[in-house]
Amino acid sequence: MKELKIYARAGQGAITSAAILGQALFLEGKYAYAFPNFGAARMGAPMNAFLRFDNKPVRAHCQVYSPDYVVIIEPALTKVLDCFKGLKEEGIVVINIRKGEELPCLDKQRVVGISAEEIALETIGKPFANTPLLGAFAKATGQIKLESMLKAIEMHFSDKKEILEKNLEAARKGYEAVNETAI
Amino acid sequence: MKRFLEGSRGVAEAIRLCKPGVISAYPITPQTHIVEDLAQFVADGELKTEFVNVESEHSAASVVLGALATGVRAFTATSSQGLLLMGEVIYNIAGMRLPLVLTCANRAVSAPISIWNDHQDSLAMRDTGWIQLYAENNQEALDFHIQAYKLAENKEIMLPVMVCMDGYILTHGYEPVDIPEQKKVDQFLPPYNTSYKLDPSHPITMGHLAEPSCYMETRVDIQNALNRALEMIPQIAKEFGTVFERNSGGLVESYRLEDAQYVLVAKGSLAGTIKEVVDNLRKKGKKVGMLRIITYRPLPVEAIYQALKNIPNVGIVEKAISLGAFGPLFTEIKAIFQNKKGNPKISGFVAGLGGRDITRETVERIFSKIEKRQMDLEFIDVKQERLNEFVRF
Repeated sequence: MKELKIYARAGQGAITSAAILGQALFLEGKYAYAFPNFGAARMGAPMNAFLRFDNKPVRAHCQVYSPDYVVIIEPALTKVLDCFKGLKEEGIVVINIRKGEELPCLDKQRVVGISAEEIALETIGKPFANTPLLGAFAKATGQIKLESMLKAIEMHFSDKKEILEKNLEAARKGYEAVNETAI
Repeated sequence: MKRFLEGSRGVAEAIRLCKPGVISAYPITPQTHIVEDLAQFVADGELKTEFVNVESEHSAASVVLGALATGVRAFTATSSQGLLLMGEVIYNIAGMRLPLVLTCANRAVSAPISIWNDHQDSLAMRDTGWIQLYAENNQEALDFHIQAYKLAENKEIMLPVMVCMDGYILTHGYEPVDIPEQKKVDQFLPPYNTSYKLDPSHPITMGHLAEPSCYMETRVDIQNALNRALEMIPQIAKEFGTVFERNSGGLVESYRLEDAQYVLVAKGSLAGTIKEVVDNLRKKGKKVGMLRIITYRPLPVEAIYQALKNIPNVGIVEKAISLGAFGPLFTEIKAIFQNKKGNPKISGFVAGLGGRDITRETVERIFSKIEKRQMDLEFIDVKQERLNEFVRF
């Protein structure tokens, strides 16, 4: 079983990301449970989404405290929260890095940073860093095939065809960006 | 077809398959997505039902009461304060013997306001004559609604069913769910057909005055129907299994109880977390198990007795408290063993109120607690320093 914790502000697409990742894993025949933890409908407030996945049905319905993976959509949260708390030693962090900002330095775990917001602005035209991060997650962790991820994104945007292509492109670019920045 | 869906969407899909003639609801977190999805189905022409927008939950409950009184299948969903506001109508629906199916997206009650999960809202409706089923996961939440209509509308029962699912944890959680085919649902659940309805050509009155000479019998009749439901629920689960080829429903679920020495009893999504802990502790040689209460009303007294009679140490973990007394399920399970052979040491734990997460470590800690002395009530994961900060009046 693997566990993922996503850090974001409400409105940045953390729940959507967890749901799309779960969908992609489901398409590959895995079991997943994606769920949010947030406050009372307040845009901009720090929140988490979680994903737990396995080759057998996922039963635990508690939150994630010792993640295998951490995805950080809003990098500013690393300044106010311990986003790496409980991260397993062999864990991986996938983070959105803004211009002029440095990659967080961890003792043991691998940190993969991509300019997700820039990619999103180039492709989608809006700073939805979560979509490029989905591609980056697939590449950095090797847990999901890019094709499954793209298919899951397609399913999510099935009734919003006009922005589908842009989001697919954003995810692809996020996937490719890991090559250039990987340690 | 298997899909990866939000729990609320799964329930909406189940309701679409059950084809209610009337849906009425008032939005309240965390139930809202269910009726939003249903409203979308209606707007898209995928569900032919009268969707009645109302100004409060009291009205929503009254609308579905009225629909059922005219012999039409109906649905509503709510949470927390919404369910409490429905309260007066909730009693009426059971008393008038109307087979409503309602989703309770379980949420804590005010004050203070909490939008997060516990079971206090549905527990407040425990004594109303409604049947209450608690889902562990989203597949069950979906399945239970289909079974609920069949149960509620059975001529031997004719009582409303509340399908309880944990708010956020299930309603906003995405899991793989199998959505049955319409023709199988049609085979399992025939259209609602009753001669007990408001019909100008055969006028009757429902919910009229009952003098002391006859009121009490109406209560006994509900009690008898609920006792019959204890027989009916496993039969319906079995039939469901035959038609849909999966196990779902029933009264209780025993998990690794064979040689268990330490057993926790729980309802809802918490049971999934406990199962995982049971497996982990079993690997370490601990003889632990779990009993899950699926049907909470009617209380499956005999099934609980049979499951627990040979277990020496039992802990009841519940997300509700009868303030001033104990956890409600603890009290009831203790009562089952009064004057019976086999007498487990039964302890009561109240956890997860207002959405406080019940972690795997918490569950392990509760397992270790029942190895020690018996206690009637212990609150789990309470912050003493916060209690000390509270202003005294």
